[in-house]
Amino acid sequence: MLTLIGLGLYDEKDITLKGIDAVQKADRVYIETYTSTLTGTNLETMQEIYKREILPLTREDIELHAEEKILDEAKERDIAILIGGDPLIATTHVDLRIRARDMGIPVKIIHAASISSAAISLSCLQNYKFGRSTSIAFPQRGIVSEAPYDALKINTQHGLHTLMYLDVTDETNTEHPNQHMTINQAIEQLQILEEKRDENLIKEDTLGVGIARAGSDEPHVHADYLSGLRDYDFGPPQHILVIPGKLHFMEGEALVKLAGAPSTATK
Amino acid sequence: MARYEKMVDKVKDLMNKPENIRNIGIVAHIDHGKTTLTDNLLAGAGMISKELAGRQLFMDFDEQEQARGITINAANVSMVHEYKGSEYLINLIDTPGHVDFGGDVTRAMRAVDGAVVVVDAVEGTMPQTETVLRQAIREGVRPTLFVNKVDRLINELKVDKQEMQTRLSKVIENVNKLIKGMSEERYNAGWRVDPADGSVAFGSALYNWAISLPTMEKNKIGFNEVYDYCNQGNIKELAEKCPLHEALLDMVIMHLPNPLEAQKERIGIIWHGDSDTEVGRSMGNCDPAGPVALMVTDITTDPHAGEVACGRLFSGTIERGLETKVVGMPKPNRLQQVGVFMGADRVEVERIPAGNIVAVTGLRDAFVGSTVTSAEDMVAFEGVKYVSDPVVTEAIEAKSMKDLPKLIEVLRQYSKEDPTLRVEINEETGEHLLSGMGELHLEIVRYRIENEKGIPITASPPLVVYRETVQTHAGPIEGKSPNKHNRFYVEVEPLESSVVGLIKSGDISMNMPELERRKKLMELGMSKEEARKIIEIHESNMFLNMTKGIQYLNETMELILEGFHEIVDKGPLTREPCQGIKVKLVDTKLHEDAIHRGPAQVIPAVRQAIAAAIITANPTLLEPIMSVFIQVPQNQMGNATREIQGRRGQILDMTTEGDTVVIRAKAPVAELFGFAGDIRSATEGRAIWNTEVMGFEILPQNLCNEVATQTRMRKGLKKEVPKASDFISS
Ligand SMILES: Nc1nc2c(ncn2[C@@H]2O[C@H](COP(=O)(O)OP(=O)(O)OP(=O)(O)O)[C@@H](O)[C@H]2O)c(=O)[nH]1
Ligand SMILES: [Mg+2]
Repeated sequence: MLTLIGLGLYDEKDITLKGIDAVQKADRVYIETYTSTLTGTNLETMQEIYKREILPLTREDIELHAEEKILDEAKERDIAILIGGDPLIATTHVDLRIRARDMGIPVKIIHAASISSAAISLSCLQNYKFGRSTSIAFPQRGIVSEAPYDALKINTQHGLHTLMYLDVTDETNTEHPNQHMTINQAIEQLQILEEKRDENLIKEDTLGVGIARAGSDEPHVHADYLSGLRDYDFGPPQHILVIPGKLHFMEGEALVKLAGAPSTATK
Repeated sequence: MARYEKMVDKVKDLMNKPENIRNIGIVAHIDHGKTTLTDNLLAGAGMISKELAGRQLFMDFDEQEQARGITINAANVSMVHEYKGSEYLINLIDTPGHVDFGGDVTRAMRAVDGAVVVVDAVEGTMPQTETVLRQAIREGVRPTLFVNKVDRLINELKVDKQEMQTRLSKVIENVNKLIKGMSEERYNAGWRVDPADGSVAFGSALYNWAISLPTMEKNKIGFNEVYDYCNQGNIKELAEKCPLHEALLDMVIMHLPNPLEAQKERIGIIWHGDSDTEVGRSMGNCDPAGPVALMVTDITTDPHAGEVACGRLFSGTIERGLETKVVGMPKPNRLQQVGVFMGADRVEVERIPAGNIVAVTGLRDAFVGSTVTSAEDMVAFEGVKYVSDPVVTEAIEAKSMKDLPKLIEVLRQYSKEDPTLRVEINEETGEHLLSGMGELHLEIVRYRIENEKGIPITASPPLVVYRETVQTHAGPIEGKSPNKHNRFYVEVEPLESSVVGLIKSGDISMNMPELERRKKLMELGMSKEEARKIIEIHESNMFLNMTKGIQYLNETMELILEGFHEIVDKGPLTREPCQGIKVKLVDTKLHEDAIHRGPAQVIPAVRQAIAAAIITANPTLLEPIMSVFIQVPQNQMGNATREIQGRRGQILDMTTEGDTVVIRAKAPVAELFGFAGDIRSATEGRAIWNTEVMGFEILPQNLCNEVATQTRMRKGLKKEVPKASDFISS
């Protein structure tokens, strides 16, 4: 059997009791660290607290060698994989689930808090008013992807909020190795896209909500016009950016009172 | 000293007068006397002392050049010559004759506007004469002819006056045949060489005399008189009456174009940008006030100045401190020293205008072949097309651990200086692959590493470089990205061999205007639909985007092409380069977010899909083939042909001239290792021979598996050739 266990948002204490239980019962425990890492802890601490040996898996292990590395063994024994956040929100692991199914291996999922729900919670905005989320990647070979612009455009047309994940890279990204994109960098990229597309979508007085370190002991949320957010210091990673659509009056009030938005922005 | 400074002043003055400049190259078959000629021209023009010239080959100052008696590196020199009351600056490049260093000739032809083709009167036109002439004509470089070693006809062969005339006419006739065969258009437009118009000179570079029709009229010394002087051993007087440099340099000034005339014609050949832009117009006019446009044709390392880049300045004026861009490189490069040649020395000057051959330092990012400019968006000069790709390879390794980093640094530098040397550095194993034009080429590189850089190395025996290609169509084949969120569908098929030929010769490239490329390809039988969809040509492989309207494909294309480059640079059979493969992208499914379609996802997916398609398309190996030219006495003919036949060779043609036989044949490079020694002993040293790479041909089927396995094992790969399923999962 294969059990995918969510680790939650920040440190070794965000796992659920159910998760701990599964970790302790499994024959072997792996951890996947390339889709997201817990910034508030490390492998040693987790091994100590969970009282288990935990083996790290690389991107290749899961993407290219899942059969030999994991699934063959999971036919006979109980294998657990620890994954940051909720195990299936980052979409990447659905392929593993499909492959396990094809091999007749049962898969169990143990949820935990996900960055997407934490960000929405902290944003002061209402969950059901979010449209399609998107991500902003570092330019590759000098090219800034237009995908976030398209997503924002569609959401804005329908008055919906847009949640933007910001790129986190490892050493395999030769152009931007081991970097977390900041909210400031993300806004710069959006403005490059606006210059290119010129559709008057991203303006100096577009409202934005920046969220830093969701799930940690010191999360920080700040709302302002993009002109102000561009130079605002959010401190250490990870960062997320939300561009609100049409605001409900409760959302407006919350942004002003809880996130420091200028009162002119919520009218 | 005063004299030297005066000369420097003259050079500085003349470099501003393009009408009074000639940029020329000396080209010939090996040993026909280029360097001896260059030396004596320099001495005649007073740039070096008479004692230094001639026998000691002043220009072949490199230790290996001295030891082997051949030129290895092209050398830049300049001299001042007076003609009809005005002074002229002659910038001259002496090129090597050995085929292994043919790349130097090709590059030199980019820098010059005219050439002196030297032919040994005794040997006559030889295979390399043809090759160098072809390169000159392709680059729009106008030829003149110097028939050298006339003294040998008289003093060694002891021919009579009549026979001498016949032989000299024969040489001229053969050279003209070659020119006509290469470009009838040029031939008819006055590029034919003709003693009557003064574009041919005769003489002896070694004994320092030459005559041409104009000097005969002036000095009243013709063939009759020359014959008698030589016959009587009265060479000194002949050299005084008919100095070599006078006949030669007069011919150069009269017959070869100055930069103003030359650039009007040549820019269209060597640069395919829009001629109606500022830089296009300025190059056409050789305008010193326009933007800088410099093509680097040579890089050397100077013990004092470091890396010195030489090249031809086609537009603008360069000066110390000028900020320039090396096209394709992100950061600007600031020129440090700028200089011209004075004799064989480089002298620093303040500024140099368009039309000159220049030497500069400070171009950190430049490679041989780079375009350097001050213009905003300049299209690069056409790449220099070498006669052949590297065909032999060796693995080398530093003997001592401590030399590992130094060896890598040296190899990087060499590959910058010599584009015909391919270097593959492997930092992990420390075993690096050197591929070059021939055994001698690699031997010289090894020598330089050991003796000039002081790094002891071990080297594997030389091996042949192969190519991979396909023989049928395959696909569509699906490639998935590792995260499975992106899919690429590709087909492969053989590229028409006529198209491969034109890509290799540089007649079809991505730089040329699209319409022109399309037209050429359609003439060769490619469909209009396909000709329109070409988005990349890499080596001699093509990538076509046949998809329609796929969102975000354009943002991803750069990565897709990287995957294409990776697999055609190292094919799936043996990791040798691919040749003549047409890859078509027929469909793609992309994840919307760029984060899920980054380099780590797209590049391997495309690479693997193409690899699997190649494996499915009946792939095979190609091996390099040499054309072999042998001239032997009749009675040695059998021994010579046996040497060819025993090497999977094929005799193409045999002609008899008097008691010598000329054999033209071809044979695989793989079988020609050690040929030099074998042909010498087989013919008691009587054969004059030459080999030259003529291209790649399909390896016989029965050898294919064996070669593939050997090549794989040598590279530390699994013995078995992979299957398509090894590259793509279901
Ligand atoms: N008899 C005679 N020998 C000559 C003449 N010119 C050159 N040689 C000899 O021919 C040999 C080759 O001369 P080089 O000047 O090195 O020839 P090259 O064309 O520069 O040779 P590579 O650069 O190696 O191709 C030398 O031994 C010269 O002395 C000549 O006019 N007469
Ligand atoms: Mg020479």
